[in-house]
Amino acid sequence: MKNLIILGAGTAGTMMANHLRPKLKKSEWGITVVDQYKTHYYQPGFLFLPFDIYSEEQVKKIGRKFIPKGVKYVQKKIEQIFPEENRVQLEDETLDYDLLIIATGSKIAPEEVEGMKAENWLKNIFDFYTFEGALALRNKLREWEGGRMLVHLTEMPIKCPVAPLEFAFLADSYFKEKGIRDKVQITYVTPLSGAFTKETCSTALGYLLKEKNIGLEIDFAIESVDNENNLIIDYGGRKIPFDLLVTVPTNMGDEVIARSGLGDDLNFVPTDPHTLQSKHHENIFVIGDATDVPASKAGSVAHFEAETLTDNILLYIQNKPLKPEFDGHANCFIETGNNKALLIDFNYKQEPVAGTFPIPGLGPLKLLKESVLNHWGKLAFRWIYWNMLLKGRPIPLVSRNMSTKGKKI
Amino acid sequence: METLIAGSNVKVNQEGYLLDFSQWNRTIGEQIAQAEGIVMTPRHWEVIEWLQEQVKADKALSIRGIKKSGVLDIKEFYALFPGGPLKISTKIAGVPKPKSCI
Ligand SMILES: Cc1cc2nc3c(=O)[nH]c(=O)nc-3n(C[C@H](O)[C@H](O)[C@H](O)COP(=O)(O)OP(=O)(O)OC[C@H]3O[C@@H](n4cnc5c(N)ncnc54)[C@H](O)[C@@H]3O)c2cc1C
Repeated sequence: MKNLIILGAGTAGTMMANHLRPKLKKSEWGITVVDQYKTHYYQPGFLFLPFDIYSEEQVKKIGRKFIPKGVKYVQKKIEQIFPEENRVQLEDETLDYDLLIIATGSKIAPEEVEGMKAENWLKNIFDFYTFEGALALRNKLREWEGGRMLVHLTEMPIKCPVAPLEFAFLADSYFKEKGIRDKVQITYVTPLSGAFTKETCSTALGYLLKEKNIGLEIDFAIESVDNENNLIIDYGGRKIPFDLLVTVPTNMGDEVIARSGLGDDLNFVPTDPHTLQSKHHENIFVIGDATDVPASKAGSVAHFEAETLTDNILLYIQNKPLKPEFDGHANCFIETGNNKALLIDFNYKQEPVAGTFPIPGLGPLKLLKESVLNHWGKLAFRWIYWNMLLKGRPIPLVSRNMSTKGKKI
Repeated sequence: METLIAGSNVKVNQEGYLLDFSQWNRTIGEQIAQAEGIVMTPRHWEVIEWLQEQVKADKALSIRGIKKSGVLDIKEFYALFPGGPLKISTKIAGVPKPKSCI
């Protein structure tokens, strides 16, 4: 009997368990999934929680419910991976593996910036990338009467790179509906050289910030937060004052990756971008936010990766060459406020462009263009996530590799 | 589009970033720097070469990368290329500026 261990039962780990159990003979392969938490969060919902669009209950479920029968679920903290010995150390036991899938994701590391996680953390400085942060921010926004709000992004890469921009757009709508938009000054602060960094996008979407009267500060590489004077300060000495700072802190892989000597500076695991095999250990595969591949860190990406990775694991077990198939495919809805959204579909090589999706010429969804239907798509994503994505079901008409059909290239 | 920089015809995007690194040379870099108001010194070139090596090795460029580079610290990076150091230095180096997904 051989052992396959999946580390992490988030989006990617859960999908892999569902893909692999029916494909591996129970008499030959045992599958174990390890995660420290009981709750599985729908992270894309953290964008909506602060604005009272989703409730707490809508973004969390019991993780174990999504793990198929015949897979052992161990709710424990992973302490260390010993890749040379094919062993994983949990808080109070060790597991041996023949094949390992790392799906430990990424998480915020506000302590990377001096003064960020200090006396004002969760008072007038918030993140919305965690359940706790998004909830605390919701409570703050319910009573906030206005002032200068900064929507800030610390450094790339972050998961769901468009989320901070979406947050700024939704904030505009939220304050308008509350009737206090004139009392709130919203500014988007980014270390990049624009809110939109790709030519196709800045041309098609540049109007959005102006239309919503959202200020923009670019090239801002934050060095510290001044808690006494409520300022963020960059390495060039530039200072921006705020009353409410909504920040996306540095995103890093879990510390277990660092402890195991398996990661880069940000604890992401060096991974072949097309096969998803670890670059250093052939019986280790990596999926989702835990990899260092230059794709977006998104649930949709993990979904496409999972299909390729499933095939590659079966090939690996049969001693056959792996398929260098994964193309970086990502498919993301971007909320723009006022019940509208955009849709982008792209990969490692192809930048987002206009077009129709998923049926070329027909749509019904439009790429890189605001529409009400795209907004319904974004809201439907929650149902798709719990009922299709996690269960490893293919999404009709949407293939693992990006299609160029229907795109204006 | 094509444009003439320092006597060579090169392909650039709308913002003036070279699209094909093989068309780059130091004279072109110097000219782009001049347009950005920067007078290149040996120290500037060391940084430019480091950036080009990173891009060749498929490593994403970031401020954190500068911190860990061992070549220079972030304060010096700002002093050499004031304003938006990554944006300006990559343009001089003939490599793409760091991007997000949109
Ligand atoms: C605000 C926000 C909005 C988003 N919006 C979208 C969107 O619209 N569309 C989209 O596609 N994606 C979106 N995403 C991104 C998406 O949620 C992630 O890309 C996806 O969840 C990644 O899956 P994963 O399995 O790699 O990591 P996760 O789902 O984060 O799972 C990692 C798991 O590993 C476990 N783990 C880690 N370390 C240990 C350890 N040492 N011991 C035990 N367990 C451990 C964790 O407990 C966790 O359960 C959004 C994310 C955020 C934060």
